Amino acid sequence: MSPSPSPSLFGALFVRDLRLALRRRTEALLPIGFFVVAVALFPLGVGPEPQTLRQIAPGVIWVCALLAAMLSVSQLYGSDFADGTLEQLLLTGGSTTLMATARATAHWTLTGLPLVVAAPLFGLMFDLSPAALRILALTLLLGTPILSLLGSLGAALTLGLRSAGVLVILIVLPLAIPALIFGTGAVAAVDAGQSAGAHLSLLGALLIVTALGVPPATAAALRIAVE
Amino acid sequence: MLSAPSSFNLSEPHLAARGLACRRGSRLLFSKVDLALCPSELVWLRGRNGRGKTSLLRLLAGIATPEAGQVLLDGSPIAAAHERSRRMVYLGHQHALKDDLTSAEALEFLLRIHGRRSDRSSVAAALDHWGMLAQADTWVRRLSQGQRRRVALARLVGEQDASLWLLDEPFDALDADGVERLNALLLQHLQRGGAVLMTGHQAALAPALQARELDLDDCAA
Repeated sequence: MSPSPSPSLFGALFVRDLRLALRRRTEALLPIGFFVVAVALFPLGVGPEPQTLRQIAPGVIWVCALLAAMLSVSQLYGSDFADGTLEQLLLTGGSTTLMATARATAHWTLTGLPLVVAAPLFGLMFDLSPAALRILALTLLLGTPILSLLGSLGAALTLGLRSAGVLVILIVLPLAIPALIFGTGAVAAVDAGQSAGAHLSLLGALLIVTALGVPPATAAALRIAVE
Repeated sequence: MLSAPSSFNLSEPHLAARGLACRRGSRLLFSKVDLALCPSELVWLRGRNGRGKTSLLRLLAGIATPEAGQVLLDGSPIAAAHERSRRMVYLGHQHALKDDLTSAEALEFLLRIHGRRSDRSSVAAALDHWGMLAQADTWVRRLSQGQRRRVALARLVGEQDASLWLLDEPFDALDADGVERLNALLLQHLQRGGAVLMTGHQAALAPALQARELDLDDCAA
């Protein structure tokens, strides 16, 4: 036996989540598919005017990323709760906070990271400048982990409740507003010829606060749910 | 009130519970439950449906917090017990197996998170013990209930310590061969000084296990 399960708990959960996502490709690709379709609809609906598209681009991409993250997060702990895995995880003696961090990291890898990679492509569709595209990708790189962490907390708080999917969205969306404001603000600033430094710093600070504060809260919510 | 017969060594129980009470919603399921589980002892927990057998197991495992009372594992409060995962195995009514993993992957994950040997050969040996090696690469979703139970119980095969096993309906869905294999595992565990508390059908338990019976109906609140 290994001396302690804790060091391997993060890795075991992370690898398992990626493996499960590979086995459930349709489910895993759904948020990305939603993002692609939703973002692509705006130029068709708003019209091809480049100036208008440039103005709405950061907001559209960020809101679609937020909604895509919410699509997949509601069932983050649902199946583990239903099949007894969550009980076993809480009995490992490992840190529940570490466990919550592993799940949020896996969620970000599967939904947030592809959005960061795809964002420049969609930025081109909205006629964003190369500088704005870089900042857009950077804001998503800093912001999507915040969405995964907040979503993880929402999923834990609503575990076992009826209408959990809707409740998660109602809980998380207001909490995600600062990330949305600073994320879109950074791109808009660059587009207006200003520095995005302040927005990025605030977004970074928000990520640090969320990364430090949300996993323990998620862990507490999970323990309460299992009781 | 549940209490151990005087022939047991109550001074050094593996697991001890004092004055346990459990509430589900506004209903008090049971109260004033005392029990002591000594090394090499198997206790069969009985009670009518809905009496709280699974709830009691969850309290004893430290998954849930009792309304009143205390659970001690080797003298320490269960929630704070040092290396609880190593000194206790809890198998709940659900198998904790993921439908989209193979039998081997699902077992490897459970062994790994609990800090047990989870290399390929250990997993294969555990599955082989339960006659499930041929299904090692079969998706869990394609297994029957009995086969799923066998994969879940395969966690017990590699246990070498005289630990505490808390088993919720372990004989459920097992065929005669499975019952025989589980009885053999239980006997082996008791012989090395381990202790077992379980729910389920007493008829499936081998007489050689000398199970002690505890009736939760006596503790109805």
